[in-house]
Amino acid sequence: MPLLEVANLRAYFHTRNGIVRAVDGVSFSVEKGETLGIVGESGSGKSVTCYSLMGLIPKPPGRIESGTARFDGADLLTMGETELNQIRGKRIAMIFQDPMTSLNPYLRIEEQLIEPLLIHEKMPRAEAVKRAIRALEEVGVPDAARRIRSHPHEFSGGMRQRVMIAMALITQPDLLIADEPTTALDVTVQAQILDLIARLQRERGMAVIWISHDLGVVASFCQRVLVMYAGRVVESGRVEDIFARPLHPYNRALQRSIPALQGKGAELYTIPGLPPDVSKPLPACAFADRCEFAQPECRTDEVVLKEVEPGHASACVRVQRGELKL
Amino acid sequence: MTPFLELRDVKTHFPVEHGLVFRKRVGTVRAVDGVSLALRQGEILGLVGESGCGKSTLGRTILQLLPASEGTVVLGGRSLTALRGAELRSARADFQMIFQDPYASLNPRMTVFDTLAEAIRAHHAVPAGELPARVAALMEKVGLAPRYQRKYPHEFSGGQRQRIAIARALAVEPKLIVADEPVSALDVSIQAQIINLLAKLSREMGLTLVFISHDLSVVRHIADRIAVMYLGKIIELGPAAAVFDHPLHPYTQALVSAVPVPDPAREKLRQRVVLAGDPPSPLNPPSGCAFHPRCRFAVEACKATGPALEEISPGRDVACLRARELQAGS
Ligand SMILES: Nc1ncnc2c1ncn2[C@@H]1O[C@H](COP(=O)(O)OP(=O)(O)OP(=O)(O)O)[C@@H](O)[C@H]1O
Ligand SMILES: Nc1ncnc2c1ncn2[C@@H]1O[C@H](COP(=O)(O)OP(=O)(O)OP(=O)(O)O)[C@@H](O)[C@H]1O
Ligand code: SF4
Ligand code: SF4
Ligand SMILES: [Mg+2]
Ligand SMILES: [Mg+2]
Repeated sequence: MPLLEVANLRAYFHTRNGIVRAVDGVSFSVEKGETLGIVGESGSGKSVTCYSLMGLIPKPPGRIESGTARFDGADLLTMGETELNQIRGKRIAMIFQDPMTSLNPYLRIEEQLIEPLLIHEKMPRAEAVKRAIRALEEVGVPDAARRIRSHPHEFSGGMRQRVMIAMALITQPDLLIADEPTTALDVTVQAQILDLIARLQRERGMAVIWISHDLGVVASFCQRVLVMYAGRVVESGRVEDIFARPLHPYNRALQRSIPALQGKGAELYTIPGLPPDVSKPLPACAFADRCEFAQPECRTDEVVLKEVEPGHASACVRVQRGELKL
Repeated sequence: MTPFLELRDVKTHFPVEHGLVFRKRVGTVRAVDGVSLALRQGEILGLVGESGCGKSTLGRTILQLLPASEGTVVLGGRSLTALRGAELRSARADFQMIFQDPYASLNPRMTVFDTLAEAIRAHHAVPAGELPARVAALMEKVGLAPRYQRKYPHEFSGGQRQRIAIARALAVEPKLIVADEPVSALDVSIQAQIINLLAKLSREMGLTLVFISHDLSVVRHIADRIAVMYLGKIIELGPAAAVFDHPLHPYTQALVSAVPVPDPAREKLRQRVVLAGDPPSPLNPPSGCAFHPRCRFAVEACKATGPALEEISPGRDVACLRARELQAGS
């Protein structure tokens, strides 16, 4: 049994400008010890997917319209607030994209780091502080014993992000959900943190959901990858396959946009057109307006994610029919 | 050639205080510690370096969002560090900052339209009738559909918000932009779109850009030159491709070797120069060359003497005692 199994998740926002179908039928699973990467267009629903699992989307205007999310057998989407609180921040920890939502500007780092230890583990204060200092050292905060007494604004952007990572890891979770966790980190610290997380995975079987725009990190760190577009998963598979043999035109276009793979100073490849408005009716394949391979059937035929090669699924109807080699 | 932007020995220090009622100064964080640089108009400088090395502080100091403790910043022949009050406010029309954290920089109670309209009108008299078209044009520039005009910041994803912040910075048609991690929160296609846009503005309108980023492949692509910082100082400066492909400073070498490549097969074979030891504390920097505790080439002399930034081959500046010797050996 997978550690987490999400089926047919839909999360919509009911706003005065219409219903935003932020997450529109997403299914995936994560095994113990595994690292699942989620990549995709900005606004495609990656963060909302994870917020939904954690019961953190603002309601209203947000609403879970359908789906289940079984964590160790129990459904996160229907369980009561007290039960969820016991899982959240202890067995499932999240690193947020927005550092300032999870750090309280008025509290010293120390208070924020030890809080879960005092609450969830009933640890004596002195011991909790010791553990917190060690956690900071592990994520590469220099001079941790002194700096733990600082307030968040005294830290650089990357240092704040390391504090959040330390905070997420301190309760030794079974599942870590990391939303753009290393965007503010330089590559050497990033490498150090990836090593730390990989070690925790080996030693304790921690599973990780890793949302990132940095395809380099995804390539080096994740085992399986979901590619999202307009609230849906359009491709999923082993990391090697996702990068070497894209099976969806959106994923292929994404790969072509990577600056590292293009000549210096050249105009970079970009996907034509604008991201879709998920509050308006969309063609059956939401990518159709921007896809160079689109045909009339793409707008009407039912689109479902299907395995095209072993362990490698695509939601492109033309790829599924064997008409397209990308 | 007179440079468009010039920094002369700029230092920005933060006091470290202790105690609640009687605050006592117990030390100084030398966040920026003697930076000199000259940029020509339309140049794009990439600023890279370890987290906490002072990049954001330097960016804010250039734009006078933080007072320099020492040194001067000269923009278009005028010393910004000397400006005060109304003069500084009017000079601000010429420069803009795009922040690392778009959440903090957007007003949550203003719609996208209001935010952009306010920015447009702050520095140019634009008739109200023209505003909708101007706002729509700005939004399209950064890849946001104009139909989002009436939405509030919390209704957007992280990447969408960063694009609003970029559109706002472009609204005043500034001559200088300091962009602090402007594209880290964006997917690669939109990243490419913004990079193309900034490159075009610099080419066609002479926009001068200081581009702070951890993503070295992005910096290599967009920047004319790269400056590498370590603990408040510039330790390597040179043409972007040269610095990235043939780094001369041992720290730059470690940095470049740690860049993840988007190719799982190559990733598995890659050799990293792993940096030993912890990042140094800016409160108590190591003696001599600040990199010596982690440098695999360090010799006794490195502990005593702090190397100055020196041109060791045309256009390549390095602050390392052994730079010439190491360059010859490689
Ligand atoms: N509170 C909200 N009210 C209305 N719409 C929202 C709200 N939060 C998110 N959305 C919308 O939901 C969609 C998905 O947003 P989400 O934050 O999940 O994107 P993302 O994939 O994480 O993007 P990014 O890579 O830019 O962070 C977007 O269209 C966004 O505008
Ligand atoms: N207001 C402040 N008070 C005290 N120290 C500060 C303050 N702002 C920054 N610092 C310190 O100054 C140093 C440089 O910070 P800065 O934010 O410039 O780093 P950075 O290079 O931008 O890092 P990052 O890549 O993580 O954003 C850090 O050690 C930071 O902790
Ligand atoms: S289904 Fe059609 S429009 Fe959609 S990705 Fe495939 S070819 Fe393109
Ligand atoms: S001066 Fe010495 S310690 Fe510093 S980078 Fe050069 S060799 Fe290394
Ligand atoms: Mg997000
Ligand atoms: Mg910074």
